[in-house]
Amino acid sequence: MSYVEFLTEFGPRLVDGTITTAQQTILAAAVAILIAVAAGLMRLSHNRLIYGAATVYIEIFRGTSLLVQLYWIFFVLPLFGLTLDKFTAGFMAVGMNLGAYGAELVRGGILSVPKGQWEAALALNMSPAKRMIRIIFPQAILNMLPPWGNLLIELLKGTALVALISVTDLMFEAKQINGSTFLSAQVFGTALIIYYLMARCLITPFMRWLERIMARKLGRI
Amino acid sequence: MFDWRWEFVWQILPRLLEATGNTLLAAGFGYVIALVLGLVFALAQRSHFKPLTFATRETVEFIRSTPLVLQIFFVFYVGPQFGIMLSPWTAGMIAIGLHYASYLSEVYRAGIDSVPKGQWEAAMSLSLGPVRTYSKIIIPQAIPTAFAGMGNYLVGIFKDTPMLSVIGVAELMHTANSIGSEYYRFLEPYTMVGIIFLLISLPTASLLRRTEDRIRKKIGLRSR
Repeated sequence: MSYVEFLTEFGPRLVDGTITTAQQTILAAAVAILIAVAAGLMRLSHNRLIYGAATVYIEIFRGTSLLVQLYWIFFVLPLFGLTLDKFTAGFMAVGMNLGAYGAELVRGGILSVPKGQWEAALALNMSPAKRMIRIIFPQAILNMLPPWGNLLIELLKGTALVALISVTDLMFEAKQINGSTFLSAQVFGTALIIYYLMARCLITPFMRWLERIMARKLGRI
Repeated sequence: MFDWRWEFVWQILPRLLEATGNTLLAAGFGYVIALVLGLVFALAQRSHFKPLTFATRETVEFIRSTPLVLQIFFVFYVGPQFGIMLSPWTAGMIAIGLHYASYLSEVYRAGIDSVPKGQWEAAMSLSLGPVRTYSKIIIPQAIPTAFAGMGNYLVGIFKDTPMLSVIGVAELMHTANSIGSEYYRFLEPYTMVGIIFLLISLPTASLLRRTEDRIRKKIGLRSR
């Protein structure tokens, strides 16, 4: 079977898988960003309890494997009465894992905002919440966008694991097609290239664009 | 409702500990391959022969941007198509070693770039050849800078070994899966796997951090 024949026969399934992978990536990224901002801010708190809770969360999720977390969320959580369908369990696990890594980026980004900015906001009598939202956070975002680009690529790669709980993403389709045809080089090679293109031709340019937009908004260009 | 059974934990613990040995072995082997291959990638990227530099950089980019689990499948299944049979262990070690080599090559690169230009010039003025310049002058000075990244990826490779379970390497995750399907109990095996991972990776990470501080102090850098 030539490669063109292979693509005409199995291309649609790979496209379906790619769409699921894209959905998983976007939803997982949303979860990761929410958790990263929350845990990152909690890590800056002077309240021992809040700081401690975020630290425990981060250490647990960074200290174990994504695959272990995924299986735990999918197979063990139902025993505690919380049953998630595989699609939800997939992006939640990936998002919670990468969110723990992102929390440190958020914390670092906020700490890298010059002290004068905090003092200026204080001098203008801004409330702490307003100071964070209007002054500190926008500048922190600009500082942490480059490492977030890498993190989002890690996240895209992480979503490949959801195939192991039978979410029909690109990885899953590739595995299925390989199982029925044994055209391993074609199917896994194509899947690898699709992942590569998603990372290099979608995520990286998107993050560069975001960096430009943010820099312009803050008047840095 | 969940019920945690300690007697079941004690029953499966020997199997899990044995599998932990395999996990550590896989991480160790994979890391050694990655360390060596990563250095090859890093040096190839510094070559003056442009096509080699370009090809290595693109390969590293490609490996870094694609999922490890897919690469494991690729190495394991594509071999037999061309008549090369690889055992799960061999295929797994190749895949994980290659994947982390591409990460480590970036770490080395940053380390080598951090060595001041004067050191290269001094080595050249002493008419040291490229091999001795790298092995005696540059690499020893690059290691302190690279240490943090190298340590992170040691822990990283350890945490990624569960992916080897997909091709049947009998490491922790694989053993937990088979225990789960034998006894229809997933709570204890999966939780124990998580705890074992935490018990190994957290102390290792803090040990690495302290060692890094010591090294940085030794060469007169500010500790972080």
